[in-house]
Amino acid sequence: MKNDSRFRDAPGAAARTMRLCLDGRWLTARAGESVAAALLAQDGAATRSTPVSGAGRTPFCMMGVCFDCLVTIDGRQNQQACMTEVRDGMVVERQQGARRTAAAS
Amino acid sequence: MSAQPGTAVIGGGIVGLCVALGLAARGHDVQVFDGPDRDMRASQGNFGLVWLQGKGAGYAPYARWSHEAVGAWAGFASRLTALSGVDPALRQEGGYEFFTDPAELEQFAQDLHRQAATLGAGHAFEMLGPDDLAHRLPGIGREVAGATFCPRDGHVNPLRLHLALRKACLASGVRTSAGAGVISVQGLAAGGFSIRSRDGRAVQCRRVVLCAGLGSAVLGPQLGFRAPIRAQRGELLITERLADRLPFLSSTIRQVDEGGIQIGGTKAAADTDGETTGQMAALARHAIQVWPRLAEVNVLRSWAALRVLTPDGYPIYQRSVDHPGAFLVTCHSGVTLAPLHATRLAEWIDGDPAAPDLEAFDEERFAVS
Repeated sequence: MKNDSRFRDAPGAAARTMRLCLDGRWLTARAGESVAAALLAQDGAATRSTPVSGAGRTPFCMMGVCFDCLVTIDGRQNQQACMTEVRDGMVVERQQGARRTAAAS
Repeated sequence: MSAQPGTAVIGGGIVGLCVALGLAARGHDVQVFDGPDRDMRASQGNFGLVWLQGKGAGYAPYARWSHEAVGAWAGFASRLTALSGVDPALRQEGGYEFFTDPAELEQFAQDLHRQAATLGAGHAFEMLGPDDLAHRLPGIGREVAGATFCPRDGHVNPLRLHLALRKACLASGVRTSAGAGVISVQGLAAGGFSIRSRDGRAVQCRRVVLCAGLGSAVLGPQLGFRAPIRAQRGELLITERLADRLPFLSSTIRQVDEGGIQIGGTKAAADTDGETTGQMAALARHAIQVWPRLAEVNVLRSWAALRVLTPDGYPIYQRSVDHPGAFLVTCHSGVTLAPLHATRLAEWIDGDPAAPDLEAFDEERFAVS
């Protein structure tokens, strides 16, 4: 199934000059935008699955309230993509189910 | 209007619903009067422990009553699930108390020895030093000086328990009034009682059981009870859900069946249920001391709730002297004691010859001589 993004660039939108890696694939993003905005601009696929039912979710409220945009960013799990600004070279992974704690040391 | 109930239970929390369920199972016509949503509700803010460890160390009747309760929990959980279709998620595989202060550990160990002396053969607990713990729970914090373990302890999902009780009551024919906000209970000269709600409605009934938690401190004296009940605030943190299972249950750290970690155990005299930054920080520190791996885990929610305490911390089960047919039931451990409140206590309210002797829990122990 094709999951096209439902968002289109506004006329005169700034160029995509940043690179971020989503699940091993490099994407481009705009300086100053949130990780959630960058992900929504790519495609319409789920960016996490919920811990209890496994249902797919994408960013929703875009203001730090709904926690539906959780992703792993640079190895840190359950980060709010809508509250995190894109950095060049950032590594993002979709959050599948509940997070894990670090292995026993 | 609906018919007048034979027995009115004032309070739709865990205690009131257990009593209502028990009386309905004995064939009585029962109506539960539940207050407004914004009332202080220990039943919606508690930690869900089914806990024996240390209970009644200084009061044998309470040790025995708690022991009987934890022994009855598995059967009660099955009964509730069958009646309601809701599984309260009982896990009863033993629980720990962790200590960072060896002196506190030693003092608690003495309590457990006293409790064990009361309960006799068949009751066991364990004392664990740092090496035992490191072996049994790899990942335990180095600051933990030792722990005690009671194999009978466990926990439930308290919100699911509350829901299961409500559905079980409905399935058993109990009527409930939501948002009833009872403001007065009067004994009538001809016998029976008149219950008046904030909205002006009045209902008459033959018997009344007061299970209103902190509200019983106000309503109790209207029926001649002392009702010496005070509030104690406890604060709680809850983390994001974890895929890995915490390998232990303690009285202050537990993993909810759906994966989140609940951290609690603060105690402060207070009448309001707001959280404080200092107590929340202390809870987080404690959790990391016990299980350092939690340090990176995010806290999602926090809340405070008010415990319902008597002066000595034990339950009150009291028949009104002035008003036959009126009963006061109040306790702190409404979850642990739930199986007995839904069975043995209903026998006692009915005056059944087979009922347990609950004189040890009457209010006369608070009389000023």
